Amino acid sequence: MTINHISIDTALLVVMMIAALWTVMGRSLLKAAIGLAVTSAIITILMFRLDSPLAAVFELSVCAGLMTVVFVSTISLTRPLAHKEIVELSRERHKRFGYLPLLLILVAVVLTFVKIRNNIAAPPAVGASIDVRQVMWNMRPLDMFGQIIIIIIGALGVVVLFEERKKDEW
Amino acid sequence: MSGENWQVFMTFGFFIILLSVCGLYCLLVTRNLIRAIIGLELLFKAVTLLIIVVGYVTGRNALTQAIVITVIVIEVVVAAVAGGIALRVFRHTNGLDARELKKLRG
Repeated sequence: MTINHISIDTALLVVMMIAALWTVMGRSLLKAAIGLAVTSAIITILMFRLDSPLAAVFELSVCAGLMTVVFVSTISLTRPLAHKEIVELSRERHKRFGYLPLLLILVAVVLTFVKIRNNIAAPPAVGASIDVRQVMWNMRPLDMFGQIIIIIIGALGVVVLFEERKKDEW
Repeated sequence: MSGENWQVFMTFGFFIILLSVCGLYCLLVTRNLIRAIIGLELLFKAVTLLIIVVGYVTGRNALTQAIVITVIVIEVVVAAVAGGIALRVFRHTNGLDARELKKLRG
């Protein structure tokens, strides 16, 4: 990766940080969900640039796509706030979230001055040429088994949590 | 680690720390349950990016991609279940304020 490539990555990382800040500090929850999707999309581009295409595809389809659907559906199922409540909440939120940019600048300044020596030996690149599908199915089958169990548990959890109330409960 | 890889790692590491701070701050400060989940997701994203960068600089992309796919699956299940819990809380308390949960028994 040349210096030019690193500068492109840096520009993408800056855009990612702006999207993340917008996600956290924005007033509307819907805009926050969209901001999260934008952050995911930029991370996808970075993953492609870092030679991880399969993870990038997963990030784009699952994190930027499915997760946004989950968030938007959750937000739409909750009651929208009245105008007066929005004004009160945003005033209160500005007080609490106003410190975040300052904190980020402070952390950035501290990190700029922290010097970490490059004395970490790179481990031998064992399995560098192995295909990701081979790693997933042959080398880490237990991970796949765990993923299947987690997906089933998640599906059951969503069914239980999102189910409609019975008529007599209303 | 070669100088070029080190530079890539440091550049990404810098922004990954900032992204983590962003997510952690959101998680600590917000009182809205959905926004708390969004903060958690930002933290997940920072971890995902860190794993990918480590895979790139060490030359083990295949292994780190497999781990990242596992992380993404866990991330989406956590988001879906937490969203469902937030919805249940909303139906119970008629709001998404985390402070309302203090009033629950148990």
